[in-house]
Amino acid sequence: MRQTPLHDEHVALNGRMVDFAGWRMPIQYPTGIPQEHLAVRQDAGVFDVSHMGQLRILGPDATPFLSWATLNDPAKLRPGQGQYSMLQNDHGGLIDDLYVYRDADESFLVVANAANVDAVLAHLQALATAPSPGPFRVVVRDESDAWALLAVQGPSAATKLDRLADADLTAVRKNRLVDATLSGMPVRLARTGYTGEDGFEVFCRPVDAAAVWRLLLEAGVTPCGLGARDTLRLEAGFPLFGHELDERSNPLCTPFAWVVKDKPAFGLEALRAGGCPRRLIGLVLEGRGIARDGYRVLDESGGAIGRVTSGTVSPLTRTSIALAWVDAAHADEGARIAVEIRGQPVAATVTPPPFYRP
Amino acid sequence: MKIPEELRFAASHEWATEPTDGIVTIGISDFAQDQLGDVVFVELPDVGRRLAAGEAAAVVESVKTASDIYAPLAGEVVEVNGALLDAPEAINTDAYGEGWLFRLRVTDADAWGGMLDANAYAAVAEEG
Repeated sequence: MRQTPLHDEHVALNGRMVDFAGWRMPIQYPTGIPQEHLAVRQDAGVFDVSHMGQLRILGPDATPFLSWATLNDPAKLRPGQGQYSMLQNDHGGLIDDLYVYRDADESFLVVANAANVDAVLAHLQALATAPSPGPFRVVVRDESDAWALLAVQGPSAATKLDRLADADLTAVRKNRLVDATLSGMPVRLARTGYTGEDGFEVFCRPVDAAAVWRLLLEAGVTPCGLGARDTLRLEAGFPLFGHELDERSNPLCTPFAWVVKDKPAFGLEALRAGGCPRRLIGLVLEGRGIARDGYRVLDESGGAIGRVTSGTVSPLTRTSIALAWVDAAHADEGARIAVEIRGQPVAATVTPPPFYRP
Repeated sequence: MKIPEELRFAASHEWATEPTDGIVTIGISDFAQDQLGDVVFVELPDVGRRLAAGEAAAVVESVKTASDIYAPLAGEVVEVNGALLDAPEAINTDAYGEGWLFRLRVTDADAWGGMLDANAYAAVAEEG
């Protein structure tokens, strides 16, 4: 079981530690998931996401290579700009969802999910060296050990970070990166996040991670675990790879189809050829039973039409919300279907995410 | 963890008050609510339902998981804690008080004495 540089901090705060993708991570602190969720919606919270992977793509063909390998368009990125993207396989599905940041003309940093770093690295290296349309003049390297990553999220996140940083963060636009120092420690701040709130992802050296974490806590930022991270991203309508997206899911059949740009890309024809027999939709349920991953979705006559991929009761709105893949015929907004919870159909309405907007 | 001496417990973490006029009140222990995390939803049995000892009677659901609650004694449901439908978090904040789940008219009042006392339950809870 691997540990991030902040492991001892989590234990010192009485974090409830669990095994996640091969890492020992805090699911929550004594504050509890609902209060941590509310802290991010109302103030500022910080998450240790150092288990995620960082890959460096470097070389004269870096841009055409990533344009071929990913579904969004990195050619559109200026230095200091990032984009949400996806890595597609050649049989109509995905290997991971990612963030792609351009550092320079010939240098990108790709941030991948902890569970998929090795698969992403292997796939990119294979694509780079493949004879057609490559080989590309790029090097693909795992830089994960060089980075710790903290996500600071919430309406007061930018203000609190701005006070701690030597750069003017108010001027940094969404999806932009800036280099700064926090108490003399070099950090890279990206105005991105996974909660639907304003905030920054803070890239720092592993050796500085604990000091950066403590600075944030002293500034009044609430430590939050992976449990709240999940309820927040679900409420914001974001997918979690392994649930909404996997090696068989076609992003063209989801609310995230905007990621797929019209340019030549590995595996794009397979995605387009697949069509959408099923669609990923949002559901709002009656009552407050939770629609859990794997629960069946039913039509009016009780026939199975799909499966839930994520669900929770929002600590903010107290509404039971879920994401599910359902047969396309039942995927229209406003359609009334049901989720089977412990053998009983619970009425649900198809509702496009997000379930909440700040 | 609080384990009140006047209650009896089941190994599955339910507590029951001493029968008064044949009625016992049932809930889940402080240990159980802590393990579950913040409760968001409760399914309670219908009033009038007859339960066998050990039968699944209710469900307590947290963000993490849904947990079946078993009747520790046989009897008929005479009252349920309707306040939990709007405020399920009472199970976390007051597991032995406001967090009570339902009340049973027990068929055998002596069976209560055969449940785990506070010391015996403490051993169970520690083993987890």
